[in-house]
Amino acid sequence: MLEIRHLIKHFGTLVAVDDVSFAVPRGEVLGFLGPNGAGKSTTMKMITGFVAPTAGTAIVCGHDIGREPVATKRCIGYLPEGAPAYPDMTAAEFLGFIAHIRGFSGREAQLRIGRVVEMIHIAEVLHQPIETLSKGYRRRVGVAQALLHDPPVLILDEPTDGLDPNQKYEMRRIITAMRPEKAIVISTHLLEEVEAVCSRAIIIAHGRVLADATPAELARRSRHHNAVRIVAGGGDSAEIRAALLRLPAVAAVEAIEDGEGPALLVTPRDGEEVIADVADLARAHRWPLTMLRVERGRLDDVFRTITTAPLGTTAPLGTTAPLGTTAPPSVAPDSAA
Amino acid sequence: MRNVLTIFRRELASYFATPLAYVFIVIFLVMAGVLAFFVGDFFERGQADLQPFFAFHPWLYLVLIPALSMRLWAEERKSGTIELFLTLPIRMTEAVVGKFLAAWCFAGIALCLTFPFWVTVNLLGNPDNGVILASYIGSWLMAGALLAIGACVSAVTKNQVIAFVVTAAIAFVLTAAGSPVVLGLLQGWAPAWLLGSVAGISLLDHFSGITRGVLDMRDVAYFVSIMIAFLFANAILVDLEKAE
Repeated sequence: MLEIRHLIKHFGTLVAVDDVSFAVPRGEVLGFLGPNGAGKSTTMKMITGFVAPTAGTAIVCGHDIGREPVATKRCIGYLPEGAPAYPDMTAAEFLGFIAHIRGFSGREAQLRIGRVVEMIHIAEVLHQPIETLSKGYRRRVGVAQALLHDPPVLILDEPTDGLDPNQKYEMRRIITAMRPEKAIVISTHLLEEVEAVCSRAIIIAHGRVLADATPAELARRSRHHNAVRIVAGGGDSAEIRAALLRLPAVAAVEAIEDGEGPALLVTPRDGEEVIADVADLARAHRWPLTMLRVERGRLDDVFRTITTAPLGTTAPLGTTAPLGTTAPPSVAPDSAA
Repeated sequence: MRNVLTIFRRELASYFATPLAYVFIVIFLVMAGVLAFFVGDFFERGQADLQPFFAFHPWLYLVLIPALSMRLWAEERKSGTIELFLTLPIRMTEAVVGKFLAAWCFAGIALCLTFPFWVTVNLLGNPDNGVILASYIGSWLMAGALLAIGACVSAVTKNQVIAFVVTAAIAFVLTAAGSPVVLGLLQGWAPAWLLGSVAGISLLDHFSGITRGVLDMRDVAYFVSIMIAFLFANAILVDLEKAE
């Protein structure tokens, strides 16, 4: 559906995007992750034909954006960064304009507008000028505009930015519902969003793809993957730590203190499962446990590790994803926190 | 073609969505009247024509046309809608022409609203309506040429004020080149070809030819070629500068 081939973009001496390649088949929601200025938006702008790449190209539904820009743009629904829309138009006028440009008129246009208005829940603001709308509604009008022609490829630059938690939930539900028929790329810096909607995540920093894997695979790279969090109500914590460290599969035991209060975090060697051993040990020593839980690993740990590593030290992970053949893996609902 | 029309309609509507349209039309009509009656001696001349009315159009356009053209692209760039606009399935030429035609049509509407002058002069005497029609066409062509220049300038900046000032400056040079003051300065020492070229690039020169009642194809070609050249440059500049 969407294939990016060796996209490179230089702005003067600045290399904004440095040889980015990936493919998104139908049925996949690709999360595009990266710190600000990593090249996410620039890549999206090149896919949608707004910025001409220095080298490389994007193929959308068989059309090359460089050679057939109009045909390519027809296949794409695009929400640009910041959801720009003409402030002096009402949402209805704006969607009418987009419908016309997309080649729909009369009844067909009305039907399509009606459909997205219902889907994105913007009926109540339809006749207000866009400049008077709240940030959340403006974003939703932008998404409605991108969905109007039911495109096979959706490129959404921060679709949930500025939405309240309910609206975010709703937007993610909409994206998930569309997933089977479309190839979707969303950019975000919300890691929970990647876990909630994406079947695959690409982490990009300094214009380069540093990781390309499912969110679950990424979480597995976390130091804390399969770590065991235990809280013992009483007992000698030094003794507990010493006993835990004697387990062969345990690499480290640290005392942590986070939002959930103080606890011991037992990190296994090579991501092994150690909870059974820890539980046995606790039972044998009669520790008064109040919590015993497996941590799946946190995406934000992985994100920080990958994106703050000095350039060149992180080997790209999972760049083996074969073009066009990746079956959409199920989203692992395994955020431990 | 359909896309041109869609863009044209949106642009034209956006003029009327803000007070700009009304402010522009009122100021244009008042200024045109004041200049014609008080400066141009509309009545005292005792002639039934609209010569004093049209004579001030180049100078009026100098200030007013940049106000119409300044927003065409600069506003889209400022608000970021250019990214939305240019990722829609349209060709660059359709975008450029649609926007230009909307501004040109708006100028035409303002021009048509000066019809009371025409009515007045017809009530007071028997003017040559052919000359008046030619003058209206000439005035509209001149507005088009200035709008094309303004659209082109607007394409390279995010700032509407800069677009306004630069367009006004270019329009001033183009208009003043043919004024008696500039030509008088050159006369006597400059070679004839220079004098001819300076007068030749002037909007004033070509416009005054038309207002004398001669709709010379060379004058029409002059305005049309300015429009085409600047719209062409406009398309290239938007493409080059859109993401800056």
